[in-house]
Amino acid sequence: MTDTSGPVVIRDRAGAVPAPPVARVIRGLSDRAIAWLFIAPTILLLLAINVFPLIWTIRLSFTNYRANKPNVPLRWLGLENYTSILADPDVWQAMQATAHFVIWTILLEVLFGFGLALLIDKKFRGHSFWTTVILLPMMLSPAVVGTFWTFLFQPQIGLFNYVVAFLTGIDPSSFQMIGDVPLAPWAIVLVDTWMWTPYVMLICLAGLRSIPNYIYEAAEVDRASKWRQFWSITLPMVLPFLMLAVLFRGIENFKMFDMVNLLTSGGPGSTTELASITLKREAFEKWRTGYSSAFAIILFVTVFGAANIYVKALNKVKQR
Amino acid sequence: MGRMITFAGALAAGAIAIGLPTQSALAQGKTLTLCWAAWDPANALVELSKDFTAKTNIQMKYEFVPWTNYADRFLNELNSKGKLCDVIIGDSQWIGGAAENGHYVKLNEFFDKEGIKMDDFMPATVLGYAEWPKHTPNYWALPAMGDAVGWTYRKDWFSRPELQAEFKKKYGRDLAPPATWTELKQVGEFFQGRDIDGKKVYGAYIFTERGSEGITMGVTNALYDWGFQYDNPKKPYQMDGFVNSPDAVAGLEFYKSVYKCCTPPGMTNAYMQEGLDAFKSGQVAMMMNWFAFFPGLYKDPNVGGDKIGFFINPGEKQHATQLGGQGISVVSYSDHKEDALQYIKWFAQPDVQKHWWALGGYSCHKAVLNDPSFPTSAPFAKDFLKSMEMVVDFWAEPSYAELLLDMQKRVHDYVVADKGTAKEALDLLVKDWEKVFKEEGKI
Repeated sequence: MTDTSGPVVIRDRAGAVPAPPVARVIRGLSDRAIAWLFIAPTILLLLAINVFPLIWTIRLSFTNYRANKPNVPLRWLGLENYTSILADPDVWQAMQATAHFVIWTILLEVLFGFGLALLIDKKFRGHSFWTTVILLPMMLSPAVVGTFWTFLFQPQIGLFNYVVAFLTGIDPSSFQMIGDVPLAPWAIVLVDTWMWTPYVMLICLAGLRSIPNYIYEAAEVDRASKWRQFWSITLPMVLPFLMLAVLFRGIENFKMFDMVNLLTSGGPGSTTELASITLKREAFEKWRTGYSSAFAIILFVTVFGAANIYVKALNKVKQR
Repeated sequence: MGRMITFAGALAAGAIAIGLPTQSALAQGKTLTLCWAAWDPANALVELSKDFTAKTNIQMKYEFVPWTNYADRFLNELNSKGKLCDVIIGDSQWIGGAAENGHYVKLNEFFDKEGIKMDDFMPATVLGYAEWPKHTPNYWALPAMGDAVGWTYRKDWFSRPELQAEFKKKYGRDLAPPATWTELKQVGEFFQGRDIDGKKVYGAYIFTERGSEGITMGVTNALYDWGFQYDNPKKPYQMDGFVNSPDAVAGLEFYKSVYKCCTPPGMTNAYMQEGLDAFKSGQVAMMMNWFAFFPGLYKDPNVGGDKIGFFINPGEKQHATQLGGQGISVVSYSDHKEDALQYIKWFAQPDVQKHWWALGGYSCHKAVLNDPSFPTSAPFAKDFLKSMEMVVDFWAEPSYAELLLDMQKRVHDYVVADKGTAKEALDLLVKDWEKVFKEEGKI
């Protein structure tokens, strides 16, 4: 009796209780409509916080609008903001500083990241410990990294200068990593490489681990040397992952602001003033909202265009 | 009679018990937020304001932001019409923008009603902190914190007989606080790299900060002394030939030469705090900084007391110094404007101003400054008075932030990054500033 009463009750209840109104409405909808229902909140959110601001920024970029002077009549400037940005030598200097930063950080991070991934891929004693140690820098906040590297680079008390002095025998206070014009661009490259090489390493490691062992076994059978295996198997198969890492780091470093701003504030002079720092100064310190909107659009188009071309190349590599 | 007293007492107790609206009770639960920079005088103001709370029962909350983010943080707050601050102690250069964009409450009517007279305050502070447009009786702030650039030096080092003798032999005069920039450079060179008590020390600390206002607030002290002017006194906004005059170029070159010869290594992006650190750690013989920090330095157990001396910004062809300091204003977006005005009324009282000075704030009130005992009330008081008589301020135009950032860039490029010549830097600055004023429709 007891055994059968439960299911009966459930069935009875199920039969007796009418479907709730929402469920009834959903039941009447097509699959497509339900799909729309689910993605609508996300689309609305994207429209509100991504698409609308983008369109608004494009509109502002053709005006003289200043957010700190909302009462000044809005004047349509046409392409004036764009032409003055493209003709401004200071903007080109910032773009040059950005290009130097992006190119060198990517190059060094890929080299060191891939090298570390090859090392970490081998099983050795303390493997997990060293992996964790290597990953630590990327887990830190850029604000923290910027601040403590400022101390490390301090010519009188900084550890970095003392290490260099110990290794080379020069006076530790004879050079200033973030104060000397020739050294400052390399100081920010060094810190970014230190921080983000582990990230590239992780992506490369995922690529290395995705290569099936049997390919290497077949190469061994064919008596391919380790060098030959690296060039013919490892590198081609990791290449899409490497390219992905380059894409991510390229986009990130093109927008780099926080770490560099804390380290150098764009100085000495304007030596390390990256495009994002110039943009921030124009937008939120000088309050030239229309001008900075145009600058932001130029940067956006540059990154978006370059990333699109790059993704197409990446797809081609993948299809090979 | 006894019964009557008992009855009155009972009535009063009853009134309190049932909450009859006494003034204190009315103010119960009221809170004002005061915004300022995070530095020593702000702590003094917290102490001072306890008296205001005791008298009005209005609680005080504080929003203090470090100097490097102070302008960014509060100008964003004002521009976005935020309600965070009821009372704000805003930098002197904000006054134009804050007045024209409606961020501050105009105080003329309030001053008239409460009998607060601007004549009771030092003229330079009224001009610098309260008026917009300048030289017109339109007041947007009450002068709150007088300040200017001054210098400290290591009195104990200067007084050492062996150093005195060596200096006199080399320069033919006593080792004393410099009266001119040329003398300052000589003293700086004298101390640069010298070994004192087994420690390598340096000549001078000067402002070089790039991000906010640092290098501009430093370099102007030399520029003014050589004859730099913001514009033609007879034709406003005509800057060519004034900003980049041969004298201004010489002043800029001299500042750079002091930076090169006499500062400690690593001071490429240094402002107030770095200066204090350098002086307190015994690194430098002389330090440029704001008077606001001098009470704290005088109390410092390591470098204060007998070891520290003070002097005004040296002269050269002329004699001037950079104005600092701030006025106190009521934010027009505040929901507690009446209480905020009450705070300003309280703050303007001569007794409160005297207490303000005693606690470490720099009063601008004549009742304090003209008091015969004032010059001897602190070792830097006399120098403060002298400095306030020769202050010059940066542009206080609504577009001051743009003008400031342009100068930061051009000066830092030349002084620290060795880019171009002083003439080129100032020529570019004129172009930058002309562009700003053209956009504003002023030229």
